[in-house]
Amino acid sequence: MSSGRLRARRLLGGLPAVVITAAAVLWLLPIVFILAASLKPDSLVLAEASGWRALWPGRPSLQNYADVLDRTAFGRIFLNSVIINIGIVGGGLVVNSMAGYALARLRFRGRALVLGIVLVLLVVPLEAIAVPLFYQVTVLGGRDTYWAQILPFVANAFSIYLFYSFFLGFPKELEEAARIDGAGPLRTFVEIVVPNSGPAFASVTIVTFLLSWGLYLWPLMITSSTHVRPLPLGIAVFRTLPPLQWGDIMAFAVMMVAPGVLLFLVLQRWFVAGIATVGVKR
Amino acid sequence: MAAGAGRWGDRTTGSARVAPLLMTAPALAGLLVFVGLPFVLAIGFSFTNLRLGSPLPLEWVGLDQYARILGSATFRRALINNAYFAAVIVPVQTCLALAAAVAVNGDHRGRSFARAAFFIPALFPMAMVGVAWELIYAPGPEGPLNALGAALGAWAPRDFLRDPVLAMPSLMVLSVWQGMGLQMVILLAGLQSIPEDLYESARLDGAGPWSRFFHVTLPQLRNPLVFVVVVTALLAFRLFDQVQILTRGGPADATTTVMYQAVTAAFTRQQVALASAMSVVFFVVVVAITALGRRAFRQEQGVA
Repeated sequence: MSSGRLRARRLLGGLPAVVITAAAVLWLLPIVFILAASLKPDSLVLAEASGWRALWPGRPSLQNYADVLDRTAFGRIFLNSVIINIGIVGGGLVVNSMAGYALARLRFRGRALVLGIVLVLLVVPLEAIAVPLFYQVTVLGGRDTYWAQILPFVANAFSIYLFYSFFLGFPKELEEAARIDGAGPLRTFVEIVVPNSGPAFASVTIVTFLLSWGLYLWPLMITSSTHVRPLPLGIAVFRTLPPLQWGDIMAFAVMMVAPGVLLFLVLQRWFVAGIATVGVKR
Repeated sequence: MAAGAGRWGDRTTGSARVAPLLMTAPALAGLLVFVGLPFVLAIGFSFTNLRLGSPLPLEWVGLDQYARILGSATFRRALINNAYFAAVIVPVQTCLALAAAVAVNGDHRGRSFARAAFFIPALFPMAMVGVAWELIYAPGPEGPLNALGAALGAWAPRDFLRDPVLAMPSLMVLSVWQGMGLQMVILLAGLQSIPEDLYESARLDGAGPWSRFFHVTLPQLRNPLVFVVVVTALLAFRLFDQVQILTRGGPADATTTVMYQAVTAAFTRQQVALASAMSVVFFVVVVAITALGRRAFRQEQGVA
């Protein structure tokens, strides 16, 4: 930590903290605007949008929040997002970590082929396959279901690759001890490797969560009802729902991101460390 | 570590033979069914005339669909728009992210505040950002951004999202606002992994802060920077959410994108084959960007 500070001091020379803090405040202005708008009567949101009052809630009220809960199935939509993301992230951790471990540590016939498939599919973004995937999932009866929003994203080439790189660097001595005790690969993985790979799992959790939490195109294609619709689609649909009330829309926006922001503020160091590994690990 | 090569392979017990299969099968099945198969289907469909609800029999049409999209002014415009978006987003977002990373790595009190401030928008789904910024871009003098322009005497009220020239830059601004934080964190990690003695010796050689930045920081950051550039370029070609929510590709195709065209073809016109051909073209661009990125990576490793 101290070395980082020293280095930055030299780098930046005299660049004052004031400038950086001012830039950060500027960066936060849209958020302040959203928060303020969510706390004032709908009629005042646009009326006060053109001055400094745009950034001030005036006499704050939670009326808009109550209106959102009243006008939309917010609770259900939030729950949908939670279920879908737990499915993607949780399922992904199990499936991708096992595959990453097998590829990194076990020698088996077809290993090179599997690794090759992972590396090739690493480049295929959802967008490139969305159209045929839509028809495929429709044939399987997946329209408007949870599973159609979870299963396609569980096995993830990028996560497998991340786990693979992590496990390549896992200390072999620990596994060696387990092997001498007669444990097979699966038991070694579950009892020795997983408990000692917290940072790897945390990192993949955060990155997968950030990607899946914002998914919009796929649910737009595959869902049609509030019963299974996630938050990003929820707010886009709510925006088009008459009457147009910006206070309510901003309250929806705040409610949908607040838990994530709070989680981030509490676990900030984990977040930063988790994402960091992705850019450096090769 | 030669002993490690044999590992469990020399054991004949069932568990050791079956374990690799058990451990890779779920992921492999998922990848093949939900990525591999649709990918092969996309390529297959693109050579047919498949259109849902069409009375015409299914036929192999060769490269007709590709000729059709490449001959379409709208699709070419979509490709150009994606390239325009990438050409602006990649340098702007990367430079901002680099500046922010250097800044929050600094030694001042506001450091953790600034880091959180720059990162928080990255936690927002793009759909939410799009909807919220629609109000910021509100037309007429009461719109916040127009009011700011008036207060600064900088611009007369405009309708940012329905102006053929301004619509795309407007999408760029909110995209950078949302995306920069994630890139910043990746570069920050790169900054913190640069060995301190490199700065030490540069300083002994009499290098000033700027010289150290260009001769130590930038070369050392090469891999994270390449990663950030590639990811940002890929995101630029995947551009869809903001367009669908804010402009629907308009005005006059000014903000249409390859993905927006593909989705519109598939879902409003049922032209599955045409949409598949667009997806394949999109994929070719993605592969080209990725290949360039990988080359940049390899070169660095060769030098080191």
